[in-house]
Amino acid sequence: MELLNILLQVASNAGLAGIGAGLAAIGAGLGIGKIGASALESMARQPEATGDIRASMIIAAALIEGVALFGVIVCLLVVL
Amino acid sequence: MSMTFKKLSRPFFAIVTFMLLAAQPVLFAQEPTEQPDSTHQEVEKEKFNAGEMIIHHISDAHEIHLFGDVAIYLPVILYTDNGLKIFSSSHFYHNEKGFVNHEGEKDSYYEYDGLVMHHEHIYAAANGGGLSFDTETGEVNNASVLDFSITKTVAGMLLTCVILLLIFGSVARGYKKRKGSAPKGLQSFMEPLILFIRDEVAIPSIGAKKADRFMPFLLSTFFFIWIANILGLIPFIGGFNITGTLSVTLVLALIVFIITTFSGNKHYWGHILWPPGVPLPIKIILIPIEFAGIFIKPLVLMIRLTANITAGHIIILAFVSLVLIFGEMSATAGYGVGIGSILFMVFMFFLELLVAFLQAYVFTLLAALYFGDATQEAHH
Repeated sequence: MELLNILLQVASNAGLAGIGAGLAAIGAGLGIGKIGASALESMARQPEATGDIRASMIIAAALIEGVALFGVIVCLLVVL
Repeated sequence: MSMTFKKLSRPFFAIVTFMLLAAQPVLFAQEPTEQPDSTHQEVEKEKFNAGEMIIHHISDAHEIHLFGDVAIYLPVILYTDNGLKIFSSSHFYHNEKGFVNHEGEKDSYYEYDGLVMHHEHIYAAANGGGLSFDTETGEVNNASVLDFSITKTVAGMLLTCVILLLIFGSVARGYKKRKGSAPKGLQSFMEPLILFIRDEVAIPSIGAKKADRFMPFLLSTFFFIWIANILGLIPFIGGFNITGTLSVTLVLALIVFIITTFSGNKHYWGHILWPPGVPLPIKIILIPIEFAGIFIKPLVLMIRLTANITAGHIIILAFVSLVLIFGEMSATAGYGVGIGSILFMVFMFFLELLVAFLQAYVFTLLAALYFGDATQEAHH
């Protein structure tokens, strides 16, 4: 019975919205992590291009964060 | 090595012990401690509702609430069935009426002059006076009224425009006065920024020949969004959330869409409706995607800006709520959590300063890219 109660609570809108926002955060973390990793790698391979690489990394991170925040906004709209 | 560990661990253990001690009243909260006193009913303090407080600070309001009872009451401008009504919102905010809403929770509305304001929406008062709502769904039945008020967001935008005019007016005058000689003062601060937008954003995206056509818009957008973002971060002046409201970013994205569509040349439309360089089956798939892209790209611009700025504000407000939630349990818990929370909040503020600049830059860069796309020359 306890388990069913808990499942019922999670299955309600607010619970699923929470899970959705968490998944969006995971997606952002993975994506920006990959960008950071490849940026650091390429900066190590070619230190004189550090400025360009850093600028591109920040722009790409901002774009990916935008996508992750779409997910967060949708979850927020579910709750409100 | 062990010396530094001892030095570092002492304050760490002190903080942890302090917080554990502060949690003692919470751990023993099961036992009833209040006296059967009938008079304590009158001093009923509302429980702190974090979600409500955060939503209230993110949304628009008809006043700029500074602290306590001090607020700047903005003009309410309405077009009702009885014509144009203009008055200060203090008439609303000083006339609060409580009621119980459809979920059985306590709620309130403000009433004045045949008008009712509920959660910052203004309606005409119902026939019996006040708010009439459906008891099942909670939907308000009152007739709506056209609301052209100067709200907090509008006041924030006007303030941003004033700041922009002051800065750029002085810079322009400086250039005119010192024609041909080196820049001085505010000019020398703004010049690298303006040249950055021209040389790193506009010219690479649009090309040197046509960049100047779009420079005024790109500069205005960049500095408007940047200053509006920063305005939203300044504490104690009422909490603006200008670029975090969908309506403001919708208009910015709409302007980008209009400029892109109306400066699109033959190559732009050709690339969308008949993409070159791909085999026919892929062309068929690509055409609806490209067509949808005309509308989706500005839409995405809008959501990216709104979501980033609002999310930043919500995080900072959440740290504040953390302190208030623990503070409700016990004052020492509040102070204990407050130390850590304020440190995180300061870190988030610095991150949000970066985000303020970055989002303005990304918006301007993408707008420049779309303009460049629209005015592209044949290059295949």
